[in-house]
Amino acid sequence: MNAKDEILQRVRKALADVKETDPALDVPVAWRYEQPTAMDDVIGRFVERVEDYKATVVRVGGSEAEIAQAVVDGLTSIEAKDAILPVGLPAAWRSAVEAAGITILSDEPQLTNDQLNAAGAVVTAARVGAAESGTIMLDHADDQGRRALSLVPDAHICVVRTDQVVSDIPEAVGRLQDSVKQQQPITWISGPSATSDIELSRVEGVHGPRTLYVVVAG
Amino acid sequence: MTNETGEIRSTQRTQLNLVTKNNHGTARLTPAPPQGELVDSPLFPDAAKRELANPVQRKNLHHAMSTIRAKRTRVTAELENWEELRSAGEAIKNRVGRHLDDYLVQLEENLTKAGTTVHWARDAKEANEIIVGLVKGKLGPEDLPEVVKVKSMVTQEIDMNEALEANGVAAWETDLAELIVQMGHDRPSHILVPAIHRNRSEVREIFLEEMGNYGKAAPEDLDTEPKNLAAASRAHLREKFMRAHVAISGANFAVAETGTLCVVESEGNGRMCLTLADTLISVVGIEKIVPTFADLEVFLQLLPRSSTAERMNPYTSLWTGPREGDGPQEMHVVLIDNGRTDVLADEVGREALRCIRCSACINVCPVYEKVGGHAYGSVYPGPIGAVLTPQLRSMKNPVDRSLPFASSLCGACNDVCPVKIPLMELLIHERHKAVEAKKQRKSYNVHFEPIAMKATSVMFGNGKLWGAALGAETKVGGKVLGRFFDHIGPIPGPLNRWTGARDVPMVPTQSFRAWWDEREKNNGNKAKGDQK
Repeated sequence: MNAKDEILQRVRKALADVKETDPALDVPVAWRYEQPTAMDDVIGRFVERVEDYKATVVRVGGSEAEIAQAVVDGLTSIEAKDAILPVGLPAAWRSAVEAAGITILSDEPQLTNDQLNAAGAVVTAARVGAAESGTIMLDHADDQGRRALSLVPDAHICVVRTDQVVSDIPEAVGRLQDSVKQQQPITWISGPSATSDIELSRVEGVHGPRTLYVVVAG
Repeated sequence: MTNETGEIRSTQRTQLNLVTKNNHGTARLTPAPPQGELVDSPLFPDAAKRELANPVQRKNLHHAMSTIRAKRTRVTAELENWEELRSAGEAIKNRVGRHLDDYLVQLEENLTKAGTTVHWARDAKEANEIIVGLVKGKLGPEDLPEVVKVKSMVTQEIDMNEALEANGVAAWETDLAELIVQMGHDRPSHILVPAIHRNRSEVREIFLEEMGNYGKAAPEDLDTEPKNLAAASRAHLREKFMRAHVAISGANFAVAETGTLCVVESEGNGRMCLTLADTLISVVGIEKIVPTFADLEVFLQLLPRSSTAERMNPYTSLWTGPREGDGPQEMHVVLIDNGRTDVLADEVGREALRCIRCSACINVCPVYEKVGGHAYGSVYPGPIGAVLTPQLRSMKNPVDRSLPFASSLCGACNDVCPVKIPLMELLIHERHKAVEAKKQRKSYNVHFEPIAMKATSVMFGNGKLWGAALGAETKVGGKVLGRFFDHIGPIPGPLNRWTGARDVPMVPTQSFRAWWDEREKNNGNKAKGDQK
């Protein structure tokens, strides 16, 4: 018997006591999915929680010009000489970055790992923000680029629009359903890369970006 | 450079410092772990005594565990529906366990549909054969014989690194703590923070000594600042990430409905492994399934708050098969049984399969805090390890039979488990099984303890007998021995089973009864005196 059949046979033998065939009837789950969490100021909570992770957060209005300026401010604050901008980002951001004298690196054709490693920063949009946990979720659509872009460069400037911010994980997971169905990879980011492996003292920055600069727009 | 078989390696291969001196004196690709197999470890009581004699470890553990406990209490209290979340986690995992065959078939179907190749492994040996075969098939003659891996409990359980090493492939741990353990010729002592028994100056020494043997050396002026130690590991590992062709991961959750895998981590080493290599092999225990993507809203709240005591871990990666132009273009999943179906067959014991490896029970365990993870002779320490290890390994080894007794049954673990595993009840259940397993063995010796207890109960039931025994005891024990010792140490012979693990206080020079009689007599005299 092959391994699959044997394991399934073992499982079925082990579960001889389970008579109900419908999992939902056999074990009811008393949980209501996608429930919002009540809070007075969702955006305020999101900002507070992201800042708790030692990320820099700035709030700006929703116009493309304001966002573009915030992105440039972010890049300037870390003295980036160049930055990767995924193809799907608004043209206004690109021209503002260019006007500020920062070289735009294109990922088409794809940059090599070494080029990503040498890049000053990456600028991306986001898909969802979860306020209670302070989590930013990317589904790597065209305005966020492939996964390596937000991973290898040492600084990540991330723009989250206020209409993307929800109360907590349940609502956020609900919003990611479509991306999963389309088999898009998903990355959740809660602050910059960090470790607590040495005497439990938290160190920001190990393998992922050491700087996370979040623009909350709208 | 030649390796141990005398084969001339290609130019690229010579970049690796392949032949290293280690505590075995043999040529290896990676630092050698300590000698011997975990299942052959000393029994828990003996190992615990050995570990108790390490004051540095005790201090490190106490500091770490008390810090993380306080934090966990704070962040779980933040969520008003924490108890409902726990119940939901419990129910969802029970649903999966009780219908595991259905969910496994569904998972395989959706993984395959997403473009992932699924393999099944009955045990560790079969899993390692599959993994070694996949790795060797992917590495060309010009490639470095190495893989990068993100920390994974199941790959430790099957001793995958050593299987790869034996087949000429270096498996590099990329989690900072795992790297410390690997470079330190050591074993993990905690499932979440595997190097928690080490302090910063030990880490500095390990890095200075070892990193240069396997790649980028640690800077010579490296100090003990955690920030700088982390930077040394970043620099050392980055060159490995950049050139990796094959990466190996575990999975925290596997979604049956979509064929999505989920890895939860902090440092970004996970994202590096899951993103930069051409081929990704994910090794997944068959109990890791959740039915739907929506279920992740429950577990991705429960897990980080229970384990690292954070609102959320820095990085969570979710992927549903390969995606063109983004990350590994070839993906494999190895679904592993390795004893899990035996656990499932025990209607009481199967509750342990709900475990999401958060380590909350370990962090709250007073026994673990004193002895650390190495005493358990297993990759799973603490309360869950004391339950799960003998379940997975079937109590064939003496160390397994000793594990269910590695607990004071204080019940703290029951209160913190995010999926409500009744660890205390399961410990008792496993104790029963351990005794039964021992009875069935031919070499079984009569336990002295129940006989002694029976004799004592006869004595307790009879005042005169008890008085006589106490009289004799206080005369011989207290009055004679008490002049030389303040407590009774291990007593040879059958009593050793009891006294070996406990300090017996010195017998008093006077029994309570004798003291009471004397007091009454004196009081009586005093009372009479007062009346006068």
